[in-house]
Amino acid sequence: MLMITDVRNTSESVPVPKTTREIYLPPQRSTITGGGAAHIAAREFSVYYGDFEAVKRVSADILSKYVTAIIGPSGCGKSTFLRAINRMNDLIPGCHTTGSLLFDGEDIYGKYTDEVLLRKKVGMVFQKPNPFPKSIFDNIAYGPRLHGVNDKKKLMEIVERSLRKAAIWDEVCDRLDKNALGLSGGQQQRLCVARTLAVEPEVLLLDEPTSALDPKATAKIEDLIQELRGSYTIMIVTHNMQQASRVSDSTMFFYEGILVEHAPTAQLFVNPKDPMTEDYITGRFS
Amino acid sequence: MNIGTRKILDRSFTAVGIGSIIVMALALMIVVVPIVYNGIGAVFFTGTVEHRKMLQAEFSRGDSQYLSSEVASSNRYRAKVYEMLTGFEAELETMAPEKKAEYQAKYSQVRTALQALLGPLPGDPEPMLTRFKYGQTRWEKAEEKLHDLLYESKWDNTNPDVMGKEYFVNRAIGFEGTSLSRLFPYINENLEKMLLPEFTLYWGFITDSSVDSHFFGGIWPEIQGTFFLAIGAMLFAFPLGVVAAVYFTEYARPGFLNSMLRSANSTLAGVPSIVFGMFGLAFFINTMKVSESKSVIAGALTLAIMILPTIIRASEEAILAVPKTYREASLSLGSTKWNTIATVILPAALPGILTGGVISLGRAAGETAPIIFTAAVSVGSAIGLADVFSSPTPALSWNIYNLASEHEAATQIRHVQYGMVLALVTIVLLLNLSAIVLRARISKKLKG
Ligand SMILES: Nc1ncnc2c1ncn2[C@@H]1O[C@H](COP(=O)(O)OP(=O)(O)O)[C@@H](O)[C@H]1O
Ligand SMILES: [Mg+2]
Repeated sequence: MLMITDVRNTSESVPVPKTTREIYLPPQRSTITGGGAAHIAAREFSVYYGDFEAVKRVSADILSKYVTAIIGPSGCGKSTFLRAINRMNDLIPGCHTTGSLLFDGEDIYGKYTDEVLLRKKVGMVFQKPNPFPKSIFDNIAYGPRLHGVNDKKKLMEIVERSLRKAAIWDEVCDRLDKNALGLSGGQQQRLCVARTLAVEPEVLLLDEPTSALDPKATAKIEDLIQELRGSYTIMIVTHNMQQASRVSDSTMFFYEGILVEHAPTAQLFVNPKDPMTEDYITGRFS
Repeated sequence: MNIGTRKILDRSFTAVGIGSIIVMALALMIVVVPIVYNGIGAVFFTGTVEHRKMLQAEFSRGDSQYLSSEVASSNRYRAKVYEMLTGFEAELETMAPEKKAEYQAKYSQVRTALQALLGPLPGDPEPMLTRFKYGQTRWEKAEEKLHDLLYESKWDNTNPDVMGKEYFVNRAIGFEGTSLSRLFPYINENLEKMLLPEFTLYWGFITDSSVDSHFFGGIWPEIQGTFFLAIGAMLFAFPLGVVAAVYFTEYARPGFLNSMLRSANSTLAGVPSIVFGMFGLAFFINTMKVSESKSVIAGALTLAIMILPTIIRASEEAILAVPKTYREASLSLGSTKWNTIATVILPAALPGILTGGVISLGRAAGETAPIIFTAAVSVGSAIGLADVFSSPTPALSWNIYNLASEHEAATQIRHVQYGMVLALVTIVLLLNLSAIVLRARISKKLKG
């Protein structure tokens, strides 16, 4: 079944997307190949800002229900790659892509892809907590309301479930009608996770979700990721290698837009294949 | 830079800042104090029995029984004046012809001054214009007229090199030796008893129509006209402006057409308002024929075109000031662009948009030039809501100008002019104040 392709408004017949298997698999520095189980698959995928190639011919399989960490020095294209997955880069004028990026076998940048449907499936939490200037309840209910849930009782259920999943219910249950901007930074970030979960996505993209938080709040977010592990496909960009090693199943190391190494976390941190990876994780450069 | 110079620099900036604020405050005082003082005088003043007569006759307001007792008491003192007049008229008949002619001329001046002071005299025909039906309604005016009665104003033009100089001649001296000479001291002493000055609170100044082109009555037609025009202009300009701002900020592709439109908008914001007035006449009335001639709708449309650029700019700025993160958050939840604009961007931009809107409303209320050719008439009654498509209306801004410069007796009704200015200033100030309050309340709600 096509999930993110808008087939309603096209008179042309929509080409059946190629599955990962059928696509030519170029050599990749990835020891992780999920084959059919890849939730997101990149093939020779590049992202450009104008003429500048910020992500260079990346090929990788992101496995379903895995937590994948993306590490690398500042400016190496981590955010760019992450934002390419739910097409947030569409907002940036002059940004375009080549190669292919597949979600469940469907081309994310396909001609008939509906980016709104895609973003429903692929939620995102940003570096800086960004709750709406609305009540806590309205923040969580925002997504479900957009997608047609208007029943007050049902909304309340969704709000409670999402807040519980994001491990923040106990802290806010008695002030759901208060403005979300009154929460602390860590609470705001968990609220943002809850807001994303309320739309029931399959993939959760986290772009340095703890870099603006203090250690205590960071620990809570990490616990939260552990909680969610196994229920969602999670991709987390992080500067913090301990964090990557603590929370992830597999890790991607980017350097200047190139995917240098992609391996199970234990393997990448203990026994990196590429000398560059080793230099980075041992802190010889950052 | 060493710490000493830095401190001196900081201090001098503070001094200059405070100094400029003080200068502004003084300038504001110099402008505002007379407006407030004289404007309030249109509502609170010392009114005479003539004012109460006028209210009773024109608006059927006031206690008619009390009034008739007042009139009776006033007439007791006036009767003596009338007696003196008839006495002198009889005396005139007995005079030699050339003496009679001389006195006749002076006497008719006295009669005119008396009419201005007390209203029509016995034997006068019923005046056609309301303004001549009553004596002075305001005590300070009555005192001026008393002076006119007691002294004849003359101009000294003997020296052709300097401007003529006014000087006053006591009229009583002119009537020395006749029976009328008693009149002047009598009136001087008994004017209060004839006019019964009394502290008056005339709220009707705000709610009444004018009587005989603002000689009496209030300024309600002007106030209502101002509201009709300003709110009408907003009804057109606000939605249009916000939609245009959304287009410019969210949908327009950067390019030649877009930059042309934007600079056109900026240019429009700087066009003198009289040009909009001419445009309104040429376009809305002569070309589009929205109405036969001047009408509220034509004026409102003209004002709308005038304030549109301001609203667009304010809204654009407010929309651009919304943090990018809100947009990202909304889109990442699977919201469409339109939904994001409607449910996140516009609510967050609302304080700025509303501020722009209310300030434009104030501007529409205060502008004169755009409505001269399209909507304003100098004197008229308040129009009904149904007439906005066909009727012109008086409005504060235009009538302030008109009363001060084109009214046939501008100096007689200064208090009305000041009252109108105060009303307009108050309306604009209240609008701006409400913008501030509104903005603060919404911002507080947004900030949590
Ligand atoms: N909007 C943009 N326009 C142009 N270049 C950009 C833009 N955003 C990021 N870049 C460039 O792309 C590269 C990768 O950026 P980014 O993905 O943000 O890096 P990271 O998240 O790994 O720190 C950097 O060199 C950055 O300068
Ligand atoms: Mg980044």
